[in-house]
Amino acid sequence: MTSDRANQTITIEKEGLQALFDALAQRGYRVVGPTLRDQAIVYDDIASVRDLPAGWTDEQGGGRYRVVRREDNALFGYAVGPHSWKRFLFPPIQQLWRAQREAESLKVEPAALPTERFAFIGVRACELHAIAIQDRVFMNAAVNDPHYRARRENAFLVAVNCGTAGGTCFCVSMNTGPKADSGFDLALTELLEGGKSLFVVEAGSDKGREVLSALPQRPAKAEDLKAAEAVVAKTASSMGRVMRSDDLHDLLLRNLDNPRWDDVAARCMTCGNCTMVCPTCFCMSVEDSSDLAGLETSRSRRWDSCFTMDHSYVHGGSVHASAKSRYRQWLTHKLATWIDQFGSSGCVGCGRCITWCPVGIDITEEVAAIRNSEPR
Amino acid sequence: MALVAEKPAAGRDPMVPRVARVHQRQRNLSDTWTLVLEMEDGEPLDFLPGQFNMLTVFGVGEIPISISGDPGKRGGLVHTIRDVGPVSSALAHLEPGAAVGVRGPFGTDWPVKEARGNDVVILAGGLGLAPLRPAIYSVLANRRLYGKVALLYGARSPAEMLFRSELEQWRRLLDIEIQVTVDTASSDWFGSVGVVTTLVPRATFDPEHTVAMVCGPEIMMRFGVAALRARGVGDRSIYLSMERNMKCAVGLCGHCQLGSVFVCRDGPVFPLDKLAPLMAVKEL
Amino acid sequence: MEGLERIVREHPFFSGLKESFSELISGCAKNVRFEAGQYLFHEGETADQFYILRSGRVALQVSAPSRVLTIQTVGENEIVGASWLVSPYRWGFDAKALELTRAISLDAACLRGKCEDDHDLGYEMMKRFMPILIQRLQATRLQILDVYGTRS
Repeated sequence: MTSDRANQTITIEKEGLQALFDALAQRGYRVVGPTLRDQAIVYDDIASVRDLPAGWTDEQGGGRYRVVRREDNALFGYAVGPHSWKRFLFPPIQQLWRAQREAESLKVEPAALPTERFAFIGVRACELHAIAIQDRVFMNAAVNDPHYRARRENAFLVAVNCGTAGGTCFCVSMNTGPKADSGFDLALTELLEGGKSLFVVEAGSDKGREVLSALPQRPAKAEDLKAAEAVVAKTASSMGRVMRSDDLHDLLLRNLDNPRWDDVAARCMTCGNCTMVCPTCFCMSVEDSSDLAGLETSRSRRWDSCFTMDHSYVHGGSVHASAKSRYRQWLTHKLATWIDQFGSSGCVGCGRCITWCPVGIDITEEVAAIRNSEPR
Repeated sequence: MALVAEKPAAGRDPMVPRVARVHQRQRNLSDTWTLVLEMEDGEPLDFLPGQFNMLTVFGVGEIPISISGDPGKRGGLVHTIRDVGPVSSALAHLEPGAAVGVRGPFGTDWPVKEARGNDVVILAGGLGLAPLRPAIYSVLANRRLYGKVALLYGARSPAEMLFRSELEQWRRLLDIEIQVTVDTASSDWFGSVGVVTTLVPRATFDPEHTVAMVCGPEIMMRFGVAALRARGVGDRSIYLSMERNMKCAVGLCGHCQLGSVFVCRDGPVFPLDKLAPLMAVKEL
Repeated sequence: MEGLERIVREHPFFSGLKESFSELISGCAKNVRFEAGQYLFHEGETADQFYILRSGRVALQVSAPSRVLTIQTVGENEIVGASWLVSPYRWGFDAKALELTRAISLDAACLRGKCEDDHDLGYEMMKRFMPILIQRLQATRLQILDVYGTRS
């Protein structure tokens, strides 16, 4: 029986979920999860199950996001909002070092590494892939970012298998979901039985198993497991978008002069929203600042976007002067050259760039247009 | 392919600068100065020709500057800086003793080893002579390992020629061909007037056994490449040093991307066969 | 004239030309030399000959009040002078030898006449001239770009 323990799925109820939050808090984690605020479902500190957006769902489309009441009280009955977990693992502003000038000497002090340990509640399958993608960006043979590593190594991930596909979701096309199959400490699937939430819980690591053992639970019944599979299957069959993704690298790189880019450029405002909401975008800039006396100076890094003129600035002007070249840079990096750099696509099919684009530019549509413009 | 130097010593965060002091400052041109820096902790910074450092003026900012000194000599980091913006201006005007933050060295190097046994053509335009100077020193330090060596240099005008006295010194070494030309000149210049690419057809080298190193403004490099190709030098034997917006210099911030390469990490020196498809697309 | 004909025949500019043509051309040719500082021609003068340099260096210059600018220098085996090809046949620049320069000077009127009489000769001359003019145009355009200048 003990060897089966590791693979045994269990179920917990709402109280069990609260016990999970408490167990994580007790173990020193800062618990962060979805909550309703300013008419969107965002990620923030949560302490209780009551902080979750129970009974809410989202309606998403090109340039459109609305939260709408559900007919039931599902705790996780929505897709993803404007936030992604990168805002915790790779904060928008991060100090790198401080320099103190005293008489003749100048001392440079690296910024202290974070000691915070995050517990993420409600990580979707696409987001698990996004985190794994950023892991490869920040921690690889050439780069070993200490700030990202410190946060990432200590993070506890509680995944949730999506019960509702978002209006702009296409994780199935990108092979990133909707089922969370690895990279989590715990994975939950929410089942609704007569108005009550029941969660099928799978442990994905020793850390996860340890926390799980502290929760009130019972072994999953065969019908619960079947119901959980049905949830995932239903989500998989109701994706908002579809994008053929097996040929994107060569397709895009041989179409760098395709007139479609001019077409997109006429619509794109280069506002950069897509890069802010994208869970894998990592471009950053550095900024130096100093106090008025010039005695203390410091450098910080902050999120940047390839849509700014600054991004490609070299002495005399920007290499990507036109909106066309900046949009092309973003999309070809995300879907094509990212593969050369990091071994996988940079896109996880979460649909955020489509939802949060003010003019509703849809990358699945753009890619299809480029593909269809080629002679058969 | 060019070698990549060892990463900064283990344990040293490449995003945090080391403090160096300006040891010497020399004016080259009306807007260009050369600084010699010394690391405050005394630990030398070994580099390969073609590599660059990120230099910080505390409170102003940080920019990439190629190392322009002799990699074979200990004794100070040499950087040649043109005053074109707030940080470069601040750097160029630092007095001896002033503090400078140094991160590096970063990037790929000139194919000085690969060129052994071949003729060498160094094609430089304007400030492009500075990142090539370490390669010239390295080649001259092992002169017998190379065939013919030609340095072809173009500047805007005679008054804007970099390292002029050094060029004259090198010319006196009988085994190196030095041709210079300017874009415009007044009547007291008796040398060549015309673009640097016009020096390529007449230079002495065997195109099939030549390694060419090119550095200068991108337009000049493109036309220089055309002239070298017209002579029959293969794309695998032509190396360029590319410039892009560099902020982190470690391949993380994403600014310096050119197609799928990070110029700070996979470059700045690239063989042309790798670069040619990327250079063919406008605004890539 | 036999020595001159050999010089013409052996010069890279005329390589591949059939013997009867190089004879015709030699009839318009003269061996000339310029000391350093000597002018080949001045701006505004009639373009009645052009020069194929055998050695030395010539500067194409333009004068403005209180200064003289060198636009381009021309060296060994290169051509000085294109204005003789087109009416009104007047030089646009000064041409000054910067060092001792030896050249073949070709009488423009003589050559133009012979090309009119024999269009095949005319075409052979054009075939040799065009690439030089195009290369020079490209190089000049590159020069104008002032690639080393500070962009503001």
